[in-house]
Amino acid sequence: MQVKEYKPLIVAFCCNWCSYAGADLAGNNRLAYPADVKIIRVPCSCRVNPMFVLRAFQRGADGVIICGCHPGDCHYTSGNYYTRRRMAALFSMLDYLGIEKERTRVEWVSAAEGAKFAATMNDFAEKVAALGENKRLEDLRCKK
Amino acid sequence: MQRIGVFVCWCGSNIAGTVDVQAVSEALKNEPGVVFSTNYQYMCSQAGQNIIKDAIAEHKLTGIVVCSCSPRMHEATFRKTAAAAGLNPYMVEIANIREQCSWVHKDMLTGTEKAIILGKAAVAKVNLNTPLTAGESPVTKRALVIGGGIAGIQTALDIADAGFPVDIVEKKPTIGGKMAQLDKTFPTLDCAACILTPKMVDVAQNENIRIFSYSEVTEVKGFVGNFDVTIKKHARFVKEDICTGCGACTEKCPMKKVPNEFNLGMDNRSAIYIPFAQAVPKVATIDPNYCNMLKKGKCGLCAKVCAAGAIDYTQKDEYISEKYGAIVVATGFNPISMDKFDEFAYNQSKDVITSLEFERLTNAAGPTAGKLVRPSDGKHPHTIVFVQCVGSRCSACAEKGKEYCSKICCMYTAKHAMLTRDKYPDTEVYVFYIDVRTPGKNFDEFYRRAVEEFGVNYIKGMVGKVTPEGDKLKVQASDLIANKQLHIDADLVVLAAAIEPDKSARPLATMLTASMDTNDFFTEAHPKLRPVESPTAGVFLSGACQGPKDIPETVSQAGAAASKVIGLLAKDKLTGNPCVAHSNELMCNGCSSCERVCPYGAISYEDKEFRMPDRTTKIRRVAVVNPAVCQGCGACTVACPSGAMDLKGFASAQIIAEVDAICK
Repeated sequence: MQVKEYKPLIVAFCCNWCSYAGADLAGNNRLAYPADVKIIRVPCSCRVNPMFVLRAFQRGADGVIICGCHPGDCHYTSGNYYTRRRMAALFSMLDYLGIEKERTRVEWVSAAEGAKFAATMNDFAEKVAALGENKRLEDLRCKK
Repeated sequence: MQRIGVFVCWCGSNIAGTVDVQAVSEALKNEPGVVFSTNYQYMCSQAGQNIIKDAIAEHKLTGIVVCSCSPRMHEATFRKTAAAAGLNPYMVEIANIREQCSWVHKDMLTGTEKAIILGKAAVAKVNLNTPLTAGESPVTKRALVIGGGIAGIQTALDIADAGFPVDIVEKKPTIGGKMAQLDKTFPTLDCAACILTPKMVDVAQNENIRIFSYSEVTEVKGFVGNFDVTIKKHARFVKEDICTGCGACTEKCPMKKVPNEFNLGMDNRSAIYIPFAQAVPKVATIDPNYCNMLKKGKCGLCAKVCAAGAIDYTQKDEYISEKYGAIVVATGFNPISMDKFDEFAYNQSKDVITSLEFERLTNAAGPTAGKLVRPSDGKHPHTIVFVQCVGSRCSACAEKGKEYCSKICCMYTAKHAMLTRDKYPDTEVYVFYIDVRTPGKNFDEFYRRAVEEFGVNYIKGMVGKVTPEGDKLKVQASDLIANKQLHIDADLVVLAAAIEPDKSARPLATMLTASMDTNDFFTEAHPKLRPVESPTAGVFLSGACQGPKDIPETVSQAGAAASKVIGLLAKDKLTGNPCVAHSNELMCNGCSSCERVCPYGAISYEDKEFRMPDRTTKIRRVAVVNPAVCQGCGACTVACPSGAMDLKGFASAQIIAEVDAICK
């Protein structure tokens, strides 16, 4: 029997103005990163409700990364500051619950940083893959 | 239940090369709500758009998913297509399977798998989409141009010519910018002042243009069509409307030892000064750092000689608030500091100068009245070495210089070399270069004239070290083509310093929430298709603030930015972004959490009457979002503890549906 290679499932929330454009730039420059990363576009990183992160882990995600504009560069002036604080609180709670800190990350990627986007995703995917499958919060009732 | 159509684009081989488009459209057929699914070579083409329009009519679609390039590229296109077929444009979702899938994954299998998942997420989202209508807001028919160099001047003139009022904010006491400091301009050798100063006069005389010189923008609020801007007018201690610019005060001022920034410190000016003869506005300004009256309360000579009585030592900084519909950034560039380039001995010898200083040395209005002499001893230089790419294309020395090509140096160095040989044929001129880059109309012909007709010695190689020795400058350099070391005894060394965005650009970008690249150049909305617009609606880019540019390019970009501004100001109403927050008043308990995080002050509270189950009525305080002010960031949706606040177009349920689809 062929053993299926373990592929992590990573959800990336990217803000429309910087990070989503940075991901597009990575594409324009053909900078490869693992296909395990699936991007969800949000207007601003501050649109990411901690509920969404919990939901992803509940549904079996192995890592969640939130990307926004650099501090001071937020299209909406201050959104990424909220993200930083909210996620710091959420991630330390998740850590307490047994979701390792390496599975969660907030990263600032500007629209000009395609290379940084690809590098971040490569690094994050590698770290998450090393931890293996996330069983901690997964709701088995969600699995068919 | 929605009736969803899925349209998978091949984008030629861009998507189809790594994604099995047929498999994607097949797989998405069975998703909930999907009634039609197809694929086509170029969905964005006329034929592709017709497929979408026909399918909307034939299958009575209520929502569509286009699996194609980034929504940043063609979301607007497909929304228009949907609208043309009678579908609400906000019932369109894009699955980005090009930039974020086919272009970054090499393997067909993984590419296809991921494309299907992204498609499913988009379908899951569209299932929850609701038709949205954008609100309208009025447009303030006035433009603001920040920066009064040639870019700002041209933009302002073009906007004013179309009949709209324009304000120019310039931080220096006069408009004119870098171009005013230049001598001749390549490749035609027009005198810079002769073509610039008439434009400056036009600006001053145009009744649609107001100049705020010696001023800066300190605050920007609002959004496209309705910006509220605060301008700080620095006290110049001279009443602008009374000063006639006669210059009597500058002659009588006893404090004459102030480094003259217009001549880059190569000569001195008085503490009360007019930057140059053709300055606009031509009014004097007192430099508070040097004026004895302002510093010690002793002197007052200028007030005594001013026949118009324009001097006012008690003048204070003034803040002006004004509304604008559009803002053009034209903050320009500066040569980088030479402090870190010790090898060229810039700080050790007066005879090592930058190209901009050379420009002033050869300018008839400059410190030497146009006579080319060594700054140290006033003697005529017989051997001049020009060094190109000082700090440009400097990937190995990023802490010192810049990685990019500064673009203008090759041409102005050719100009300097040519003009030197033309005026002083006895001078030996060497130019050291990495590459000579001359892409522009008549540029290469110009460079070749410098070499062939004027006998300038172009040597491929870099200068390693400049050592002052006696009254000579020992230049050590390599000749890469002859493969040998050169030692030249030069009288003057001219450094083509890299250019960088003006320092004021960074704080301005923060105020405007306009994005910048890693070099602090403003980013354009699209590098090819929207080169003069910033991604922030209503903010436009003109000139070198967007990237290194020569004068012809700056002027054409300035005109382009002006035409975009005119297009915006010509509208009476702007359709806003319908993806705004809204509060469910049945769930809202009026706690003010949302109001506190809103960066735009878009949320207010109203007392509303509610019917209770027991048929009594109760008055409660609930949040109300002003859709014209809300920009749709969503900060409030997360802050709301009761879940009453949601964002149209990016509703919590929609994002959760996407998460679920991805994690299935």
